[in-house]
Amino acid sequence: MAGSIPASAIASPAAAARPRIGPWREAWRRFRKHRLAVASAVVLGTIILAVLIGPLFWSLPIDEIDFTARLEGPSLAHPLGTDDLGQDLLARILYGGRISLAVGFAAMSVAVSVGVLVGAIAGMAGGRLDAALMWLTDLFLSLPQLPLLLLIIYLFRDALTGVVGQELGVFILIVTVIGAFNWMQVARLVRAQFFSLREKEFVEAARALGASRARLVWRHILPNALGPVIVAATIDVAAAIIAESTLSFLGLGFPPDIPTWGRLLFDAKDNLDFAPHWALFPGLAIFLTVVSINFVGDGLRDALDPRRVQ
Amino acid sequence: MAGRLLNIQGLKVHFKTDDGWVHAVDGVDLSLDAGETLSVVGESGSGKTVTAKTILKLIDMPPGRIMDGSILWQGEDLVPARPERMRDIRSKEIGFIFQEPMTSLNPVYTVGEQIAETVRQHQRISRKAAMERAAEMLSLVHIPNASRRVHDYPHQFSGGMRQRVMIAMALSCDPKLIIADEPTTALDVTIQAQILDLLNEMKERLGMAVLLITHAMGVVAETAQRVIVMYAGQVVEEAPVEALFDRPLHPYTQGLIRSIPRLDLAATEHRRLEAIPGTVPSLLSPPQGCRFAARCGYAIEACRAAPPPLREIAPGRKVACIRAEEIA
Amino acid sequence: MAQYLVRRLLIAIPSLLGISVILFTVLALAPGDPFEELATNPAIPPEVRANLRASLGLDDPVHIRYFAWLTSMLRGEWGFSFVSRIPVDDLILQRLPVTIAVIGASQLVALAIALPVGVYAATRPYSIFDQIANTLAFVGFSLPTFFTGLLFILFFSIYLDWLPFVFRTDIEATGWNWWWQQLRQSIMPIMVLGLFQGAAWTRFVRSAVLDVIRLDHVTTARAKGIPERAVTLRHVVRNAMIPVVTLVALQMPAVFGGAIVTEQIFRVPGIGSLLISAILANDTPVIMAVTFVIAALVVFFNLLADVIYGWLDPRISYR
Repeated sequence: MAGSIPASAIASPAAAARPRIGPWREAWRRFRKHRLAVASAVVLGTIILAVLIGPLFWSLPIDEIDFTARLEGPSLAHPLGTDDLGQDLLARILYGGRISLAVGFAAMSVAVSVGVLVGAIAGMAGGRLDAALMWLTDLFLSLPQLPLLLLIIYLFRDALTGVVGQELGVFILIVTVIGAFNWMQVARLVRAQFFSLREKEFVEAARALGASRARLVWRHILPNALGPVIVAATIDVAAAIIAESTLSFLGLGFPPDIPTWGRLLFDAKDNLDFAPHWALFPGLAIFLTVVSINFVGDGLRDALDPRRVQ
Repeated sequence: MAGRLLNIQGLKVHFKTDDGWVHAVDGVDLSLDAGETLSVVGESGSGKTVTAKTILKLIDMPPGRIMDGSILWQGEDLVPARPERMRDIRSKEIGFIFQEPMTSLNPVYTVGEQIAETVRQHQRISRKAAMERAAEMLSLVHIPNASRRVHDYPHQFSGGMRQRVMIAMALSCDPKLIIADEPTTALDVTIQAQILDLLNEMKERLGMAVLLITHAMGVVAETAQRVIVMYAGQVVEEAPVEALFDRPLHPYTQGLIRSIPRLDLAATEHRRLEAIPGTVPSLLSPPQGCRFAARCGYAIEACRAAPPPLREIAPGRKVACIRAEEIA
Repeated sequence: MAQYLVRRLLIAIPSLLGISVILFTVLALAPGDPFEELATNPAIPPEVRANLRASLGLDDPVHIRYFAWLTSMLRGEWGFSFVSRIPVDDLILQRLPVTIAVIGASQLVALAIALPVGVYAATRPYSIFDQIANTLAFVGFSLPTFFTGLLFILFFSIYLDWLPFVFRTDIEATGWNWWWQQLRQSIMPIMVLGLFQGAAWTRFVRSAVLDVIRLDHVTTARAKGIPERAVTLRHVVRNAMIPVVTLVALQMPAVFGGAIVTEQIFRVPGIGSLLISAILANDTPVIMAVTFVIAALVVFFNLLADVIYGWLDPRISYR
């Protein structure tokens, strides 16, 4: 009965290497079972690819004004129609997608970095510092994000654009602020992982062997928190894209000449009755991106979050 | 056989899983007379809890499914019975006590409300009368200050006290049979004895039959009159309690009895506690022949060839082992 | 219970203070002078401006400014709107009832969707109904409110021409007709918000019910002979409401965010659209006050959720 011998008793390197591949393959197997998640991953991949290399093939400029082609519906020359200045919507949506996705991923990285940092400090320190940081986390969870986002952007936009230029300034501001409002979930996850793993044997063993704290965190605790954090990070990308689009839709995001998806909707909303395509296409782009990210997140949750697996 | 209170014949309960059908209960016969205490013993995974829950159809269907057999309750087959009929039987005719007193009560209602709910389900009485009945039941199971404690929530009771509440609830409609599924497993040793005493006392006072599911041979010795030993979804031996401890027939039963720690022997004879080697076979595709053969020291070729029938080799003694006469 | 309430109140006060510190910090760190309006207005002589600054305490050290600001906020002295010259508290009081009404009605819609759908789906996990409900819920909360709002206008106002898409405060009707007009113009904003929240809550309810349904006490209830419907309502849904309340409370900031967007789309005269127009007009006192009011409302709703939680879970008052 070789199968009943515990794996730890076998010392050969081949056996030791096996479990390292195992979890990821197992995760992939579980992810594949979630059909909508797989389909969404394909859709999302297509969207990302389209905004990245699409402009190479669709070379109409985003700001070429053509008054003879104002508010035209979809046609061969303009597959997604034109806006009130006759600018090509396909080109503008592809360009706007770059911004929306860049904001989404950048804000997610900010959120995850802050979250990991806060969670790790709280989980490592424990005691009063932990209590204080968790109070802060709860406080941020109950902050009204949109009004504060609006307020901060209103107060700081001009100053920052003065320093680094309008486009970059707004980008930095939006990414930082959205990130600063979305780190709480990650912080809680990382902290929880600390508390559940702190007592586990292998961490004890590593500590007994004299591993330094930083090393312990880096090598043993964070990899274990990875699954849930990846799931939370995925959802954060969607949240950030919605937040940016909301700001632009309210006319308070990127400057008017940068056609982000939300900004396109903002411009389109007063022309709904005679140019519905103008609003529909960017709206659909936001929706498709967000829904596919959410579905991928759900699939990743099935695949990576051990708490959900029965 | 028609006079028996409960008579289960050839019961098969299987569960559908991702890997195939698990044969959790695979041809179980079991019968019980009014006022009798029958104990079903076996390791976890032997199918004893599934058997018990299937009597009241408390298993989840799906994934569970009764594949074959009959459950005759006072002559009426419960397998084809409609849900409404099952609801009438539950608690009113057959009471059930669960393994986990800490989680088996609903945390958001007072214990009084929960007992009264049972009573009002089966009797047309007022809310107030039902609460009085609840208090009465609590004092019957020796909970101090019963009339005050009916208004307490489960979290205000200890584990042993909660199991008393569960017993009071199971008894509240005067059932003819109580099924107790490992009622003491989750409790401290000292509390275990108290709960068993209480069960015995209730049985003497109220005269209902008891079907006691357990994995502890000690519990069997203290309460039951007759014992059924289950292994891998099947009955391997049936006997009166004294006979079973005196002269176990099936090699598995022998192993079970040898694995009971015995204080009287341990000090003098230095006898080692014996564990049964190996593990329970997979119930996804159980072996063709005797299911215990792989772990059995007496197994011969014939054991692996065909399943051994459950034979009555003396009055009241049945065993499913072809070599029982040689090895006992 | 009373003790629990007092404790929750005591926890809410630091949160409110924390939010006020964050708000004030943002304001204090902001480059430029929030009173630029006055500075650039040539009609106001410099010495008047200096007096005004002194009276507002703008030259004091930062912590004194904070306490001065906080006391005036708490005393309801929120200053005057730069634009309309109306006291800010009057402005907010004028707008607040509309916002509360829209949010309240939309939460009822959300509840009316999420409870039955979530419970029905969870009691039949992986059935066709469950899969459809789950997919629709995902779609529902992936649709940003600003896009659903536009889609609604496109379909119900422009294509079908059933509903007005601009909210009017000056309806020239009386009696039942007034109510009818009011309903017609409120239905889209309420539905946009309600559907979005309903989708999110459906998932909360479903997963909470799924968690409860496999607990031991549910089997106990079945063993008591209680009909399945009553088991679901009394022993599953009742218990599942406890975690749902917490999750709903966590959604309150998002609810207000959605309300701001919705008010802006349909031009509902609530505090959300007040905030946006104030930002576009650089009306600092109004912006600050509205943000503070929304923050306070979120804290208040969290407190309310705590009360409901304590009422739903008898274990809480003893912890």
